[in-house]
Amino acid sequence: MNAIGPALAVAAGLGGAGSLAGALAPARVRPLAAGVCTAGLGAAGVVAGAAALGGSRYGVWLPGLLPLAGVRLAVDALSGLFLAVAGAVTVAAAVYGIGYASPGGTHDQPPPGAGPDGASPGGHDMAAASPSGGGHDDGVGGSFGVGHASPGGGGRGDAVGGSFRGHPSRGGGGRRDAGAGSFGVGDASPGGGRGDGAGGSFGGHPSPGGGGHDDGAGGSFGVRDASPGGGGRRDGAGGTYGTAYPGGRPAQGIRSRGAQAVLPLFALALLLVPAAASVSTFLLLWELMALTSLLLVLAEHRERPSVGQAGLWYAVMTQLGFVLLLAGLGLFAARAGGESFADLRAGAAGMSPAVRGTVFVATAAAFTSKAGLAPLHAWLPRAHPEAPSHVSALMSAAMVNLGVYGVLRVGFDLLGGGPAWWWLLLTAAGGLSAVYGILQAAMASDLKRLLAYSTSENMGLVVVGAGAAGLFRAAGDEPLAALALAAALLHVVNHSAFKALLFCAAGSVLRATGLRDLDRLGGLRARMPATAGLFAVGALGAVALPPGNGFVSEWLLLQALVHGFAVPGAATAVVLPLAVAVIALSAGLAAAVFVKALGVGFFARPRSEPAARAAESPPAMLAGMGLLAAGCAVLALAPGLLGGPLARAAAAAGPAGGTSLAGAGLSVRLHHTSASLYPLWVALALVAGVAAAAGLARLPARRGRRRDARLWDCGGGAPTPRMAYTATSFAEPLQRVFDDVLAPEQDVHVTPVRESAYLVRRVRFQRLVPDRIEHRLYLPVLTALSRTAARARHLATGSVHLYLAYGLFGLVTVLAVLVVGW
Amino acid sequence: MSGVGYVAVGAQVVVVVGGAPVLGGWMRQVRARLEGRAGAGVGQPWRDVRKLLRKEAVTPVGTGPAFRLAPLLLVATTAVVAALMPLASTRTPVSGSADLILVVALLALGTVALALAGLDTGTAFGGMGASREMTIAALVEPTILLAVFAVSIPVGSTNLAAIIAGTIHHPARPASPAGLLAVAALAVAVLAEAGRIPVDNPATHLELTMVHEAMVLEYAGPDLALVELGSQMRLAVLLGLLGSLAAPWGTATGGSLPLLGLALVLLVVKTALLGTLLAAAEVFWAKVRLFKVPELLAGSFLLALLAVVASYFLTGEAVR
Repeated sequence: MNAIGPALAVAAGLGGAGSLAGALAPARVRPLAAGVCTAGLGAAGVVAGAAALGGSRYGVWLPGLLPLAGVRLAVDALSGLFLAVAGAVTVAAAVYGIGYASPGGTHDQPPPGAGPDGASPGGHDMAAASPSGGGHDDGVGGSFGVGHASPGGGGRGDAVGGSFRGHPSRGGGGRRDAGAGSFGVGDASPGGGRGDGAGGSFGGHPSPGGGGHDDGAGGSFGVRDASPGGGGRRDGAGGTYGTAYPGGRPAQGIRSRGAQAVLPLFALALLLVPAAASVSTFLLLWELMALTSLLLVLAEHRERPSVGQAGLWYAVMTQLGFVLLLAGLGLFAARAGGESFADLRAGAAGMSPAVRGTVFVATAAAFTSKAGLAPLHAWLPRAHPEAPSHVSALMSAAMVNLGVYGVLRVGFDLLGGGPAWWWLLLTAAGGLSAVYGILQAAMASDLKRLLAYSTSENMGLVVVGAGAAGLFRAAGDEPLAALALAAALLHVVNHSAFKALLFCAAGSVLRATGLRDLDRLGGLRARMPATAGLFAVGALGAVALPPGNGFVSEWLLLQALVHGFAVPGAATAVVLPLAVAVIALSAGLAAAVFVKALGVGFFARPRSEPAARAAESPPAMLAGMGLLAAGCAVLALAPGLLGGPLARAAAAAGPAGGTSLAGAGLSVRLHHTSASLYPLWVALALVAGVAAAAGLARLPARRGRRRDARLWDCGGGAPTPRMAYTATSFAEPLQRVFDDVLAPEQDVHVTPVRESAYLVRRVRFQRLVPDRIEHRLYLPVLTALSRTAARARHLATGSVHLYLAYGLFGLVTVLAVLVVGW
Repeated sequence: MSGVGYVAVGAQVVVVVGGAPVLGGWMRQVRARLEGRAGAGVGQPWRDVRKLLRKEAVTPVGTGPAFRLAPLLLVATTAVVAALMPLASTRTPVSGSADLILVVALLALGTVALALAGLDTGTAFGGMGASREMTIAALVEPTILLAVFAVSIPVGSTNLAAIIAGTIHHPARPASPAGLLAVAALAVAVLAEAGRIPVDNPATHLELTMVHEAMVLEYAGPDLALVELGSQMRLAVLLGLLGSLAAPWGTATGGSLPLLGLALVLLVVKTALLGTLLAAAEVFWAKVRLFKVPELLAGSFLLALLAVVASYFLTGEAVR
């Protein structure tokens, strides 16, 4: 009895029902009705996927459903894997979404970020701890002071770049509030100063004549755009800095009729894309997925203008990708003599290498753009943060996977593998986006933007695995190719689990505080303990350290690459060590990124008013995240359960044999060597070690409770939250190390008082770390386009006479060409 | 055999836990003598640990579970690594899991736990230390993994027991260009990972140059004892790893108790020797600037890459 067909039918039915419920149900029950249908749809997807992974196959042709070609569906183990992942993520995201969109639990709050000109230091929490380039050796990272004297102290001039430490011992009134990592631009204008920046902390400096600047509160500061990762700020999208949600109700848009009706359709499209078995069906479902996700990204467009920008970027890039896909698959179908996948498979062998190469490059470009790989990633860090959080989870954990699916389906299965240069190209793209993605994530202080860039990184790792598999296959080593492919697929599964969890947790934070800016969060561990714990589980998966689930797949990937050294050829000798280094570097940076996200966002103390008033999420959201956390735990502790299914999925793509993953552990047997990993035992050993260490520490100590004491801080004692490191200051050393790659931009504007050049009226400092690929690759195209458009505007003045003249000239030209041509 | 294997695992853990403070004391003593001071004696770190353990446990206000869990996790990860690694014997019940990548990742887990604890305090110094530590850790990771890759190529496995057993059977391997380059790269990475002098100064009392010490400023009493013990254990384990990869002779590959005893003695001697060398070198070196550390690690990375390439071109055909 094949369960796949009925399960897919149930999923389609529930998708339709959910969409209708979302469109028609009254507002009170709308999220619940649509959410339950979506969750059921996801469960049906899991059932279908599990059946396919178990070895059953399914195929159907519904000629009446679509004119000309009909709808063709087929599910094999490779489709099954992506189906099951998308289904599982959908279940959790739907449960989460019920809580997210339900009106009852919304935490009311006033518009955050109000009063940027308020004089109270409390209003300006550590938003703008900007790294800076003062010439100080090893100085307190990220602390920076721009000070200048007010008129009374004429001889002092201005000291730009002088660093100061937030230590009372160094004297200087008002330094108390300026911690290391805080950054102040002092603007001690004679009248007491005004700040025109939003947020930003300030360390006052004693100004001899100014008066009232001693406590740092009177001195104001002007900080704008001091956030790295604010590439988006320049064009209005991204808004990484001080992402305030006016009204504090981020869930407003997703509650609307339209969004609730589209969500089940998006989930259904995610399930059906991997089941498509002909070019027309595939393209149709692909476009349905793109359109529904676009509508969902735009769900909150009334709340922030940046949503519209993100939607525009996403729409343009996804449609360009679609055109590429259409061209590539159209060419493929034309040359293969049929448009069903079976025809393509049969016809691929007879095609010329040039056509095969063209098809591969075109489709791979489209698919890697969907997977968020550099350099075609520009939409991802915009669209993912702006979408409602469970939609971000679906996009980041299920939709981008389908880009990988497309590469595997077309490259391995339909084209049947190819020459080494295809795979070298793919590996290079994967490696580039792995390092570039995580580096941008390290610089981002917007929590969801950070997660989006981390998606880019993880998809890069997956594609490195796929590229290595292709290389090994091209060299004729099938078992090794199967191992690399299984590692890549396992990473897809793991990434989906932890990234969906992380996005959901970020959504809970956003819902509770209205903030995405890590610089203004903090201290959530006390107010939202469950969310903080769940985020920690996800972060453990993402840092690729044991006992997290990400470690298992990265270990398997590294094993595949280490064993790949047995494959002859100079290409492998150069590419494999670099690939290992890329994976290791991205793993190391990922550790820094998630230490930052967890440590700055959830630990320490709140850095802003909304963060201090956060409240725990409603039970439905916690339940959704709990499901994902349980998935992460199972994947981390018993990855061997996936051994058989992964081998079948890899075999469905082409290469067969090789891995043996069983029970609690993973073991690799290839050639004459072997390697094994038993994550469950490692986790148990760690627990035992922790218990033993706790016993050791307790043994000789005096009985009784732990005593509370004031923080010491080198004698400074009980620092204020403003003195704590922020995300920006945390990332400052890394930014300096990768200065050449990131090319941060920094401006200092000094406005002197009119009477004298020595007296400074205002100093403005701004620093941002733009997305460099975007700057170099996209901006020139965009400026050229708008310049051309501006010039072309002169052609259309609105004069009918002119248009008639164009018509006449056009006609004459065409006739002339025709006459001359003949 | 199996019984001896369990004894070997237990003995490794005991030797590392018990010996790490002694190694630390020995290294301080060597430094003191070379600098013309009398020194506090080899047992001083143990006396410090004992003193700290007897003190009252203190929780700084505003810290959470991460702060309290980190010292435990630091000690636990290092102890698990000590149990996993074939320091004294390659034939233990866990030697099948003694994977180099796992060892590196477990040590990194300890680093991450401590960095989170530093951020959890919410103090400027905690954050500063965490930020610097993670910067260095992010750069050490590729270096150390590439060095691992280089030493594992001749054997075709990342299993430590297999690597060490392979080297014992092919004694010329560490002397090959690839082996030398790999060990040199690993040595630099070990210095960075253990927070020793060119990268971090464990004896510093100047806040601005602190990395590891800045993270743990808020710890006191038993927690501080665990942090100190954990970092000394890390150094011991890393030196042991370096020793067993560079000169694996003396690691028991058989399964008898006297052999195991001899192997343990040799392990202590090797590690002490490496410690002496490091301590002597530290007398002559200065700590480099934080932003020079990437250059040091880039050099090490290059060495590891060269090792990989050399091992491909010099022994690549032999692997098949």
